[in-house]
Amino acid sequence: MAAIKRNRRRIGIKRIIIHAILILITLLCLFPFYILIINSSRYHPDIQKGFSFVPGSAFLYNLKNLMNDPNLPVLRALRNSFIISASTALLSTYFSAMTAYAIHAYDFKAKKAIFTFILMIMMVPTQVSALGFFNLVRKMNLLNNFIPLIVPSIAAPVVFFFIKQYMENSLPMEIVEAARIDGAHEFRTFNTIVVPILKPAIAVQMIFTFTSSWNNYFIPNLILDDAKRKTLPILIAQLRSADFLKFDMGKVYMLITLSIFPVIIVYMFLSKSIIQGVAIGSVKG
Amino acid sequence: MAKRRKSCVSYTKWGYIFLIPFFLVYIVFSLVPLVSVFYNSLFENFRSGLKQIGPNFIGLDNYKTLLSNGDLLTFAKNTIIVWIIGFIPQILLSLLLAAWFANTRLRIRAAGFFKGVIYMPNLIMASAFSMLFFTLFSDSGPINDLLIKMGILNEPFRFLSSVGGTRGLIALMNFLMWFGNTTILLMAGILGIDTSLFEAAEVDGASQLQIFRSITLPLLKPIFLYVLITSMIGGIQMFDVPQILTNGSGNPNSTSKTLIMYLNQHLYNKNYGMAGALSVLLFILTAILSLLVFFSISARRDDRRG
Repeated sequence: MAAIKRNRRRIGIKRIIIHAILILITLLCLFPFYILIINSSRYHPDIQKGFSFVPGSAFLYNLKNLMNDPNLPVLRALRNSFIISASTALLSTYFSAMTAYAIHAYDFKAKKAIFTFILMIMMVPTQVSALGFFNLVRKMNLLNNFIPLIVPSIAAPVVFFFIKQYMENSLPMEIVEAARIDGAHEFRTFNTIVVPILKPAIAVQMIFTFTSSWNNYFIPNLILDDAKRKTLPILIAQLRSADFLKFDMGKVYMLITLSIFPVIIVYMFLSKSIIQGVAIGSVKG
Repeated sequence: MAKRRKSCVSYTKWGYIFLIPFFLVYIVFSLVPLVSVFYNSLFENFRSGLKQIGPNFIGLDNYKTLLSNGDLLTFAKNTIIVWIIGFIPQILLSLLLAAWFANTRLRIRAAGFFKGVIYMPNLIMASAFSMLFFTLFSDSGPINDLLIKMGILNEPFRFLSSVGGTRGLIALMNFLMWFGNTTILLMAGILGIDTSLFEAAEVDGASQLQIFRSITLPLLKPIFLYVLITSMIGGIQMFDVPQILTNGSGNPNSTSKTLIMYLNQHLYNKNYGMAGALSVLLFILTAILSLLVFFSISARRDDRRG
């Protein structure tokens, strides 16, 4: 009896320590973002004077200042980033679901070989073919165009793999067969029956593809150099290479805030399903 | 099985039709470029002043230059060092957190919140995150200001002028961006272990530490391997964070220039021959690592089925 009690107390103390460590880690993770919010709401001279834990009153002032900066077309960049990321998210998930469906629902000779092939190319980074990609885009006359940043996402092995995993547990073939008996066309079956069943998986992957496209810097930086076509990461790089000391720090923090917070806000609502998605996508694999 | 084949046989062609978009796009935008990279790597093709020299066929000379001038080795070393100082604390902390989160006895409160917070940096724009760290850790930035006010420093520490400071900051950002992801992967792995193993060990009087060492760790090995290799592939791709932090220079004195920054520099300067050769080497390296990931994934898929 006494031993159990002692054991309980030990776990109690352990729990307190563990919770304290978790809180500490949370603070460490959130601290940079906290300073970011604070400083994007302060006037440049105040930021120069030093650090503060209290927000200032210049949030709207900095925002307006940034929007009106002729050298940094922020509104356009926001728009460009959004167009590219949203189109990528839609195309990538829809066609990955289609590819996964082809492998999942049909029996054909090359099926196993094709599945193996897609798994093998899954991890090859895009950077290693960037030179060829750039030359191709140039020959196609598509530099400064969004198409080469959107269309290639149709072939997304990682998204394919996640949706394929999801199908194995959640897409009974009986439903598809019932639709066939009712005389539905294969393509129609896919659009009206399969895609709705896959909605949870598609939603999670949409968030992942959207953010990775939103955050992408390497490839867009090669393709886009027209000021009207630039995306947010390119503007950030441009800001970094400008003469930093002459810059209004309120503006700098504001641009970072604008780049980061759309993702954080979406994440706050959906973190649970996103985290589940991370676990399902890779580990059960 | 027989029943399934019967019902599918007349639909076979649809399997191929549904694969068309993927393969069409893959071949045009990935495979053809990749093959052309191999081809490009065999040509002398670079920008000299305003003139583009080449392309002239020179066989493997680009590779010889690349391997003999020492830069490649330096940048490979930088990449590995920064990756290691980010990865070691990451895997240790992730393992600890995963074990805590997976342990139902500890009844961790607000576990969903904690997991949400530690995963969040993974979705943040790396270039913006890096720009944020650049401003926070600049000579007169908030961190230096705070450290001086707290009496820890007498004068600002110039993070970006010191080798350790710059590499440390890049590693810290990589650590912050990835430890949540690793924690979740490891946790899912621990939760996938048959609980009767833990119960049996407890009945036999094993301590928590013994259970962790002799049951959890060995059974986590496949996931460990997966995390390690994917992290290595990610490490080779390291670009946004050091590029923005050092404005592409890899300063101080190129000690934080990574392999992809080197590639980016060749692409930017239109040194297509060298860029090609470097890409091919990076492709071979990542392809070997990818094959390892592939085998670990298919081994686990077979496990689950069998």
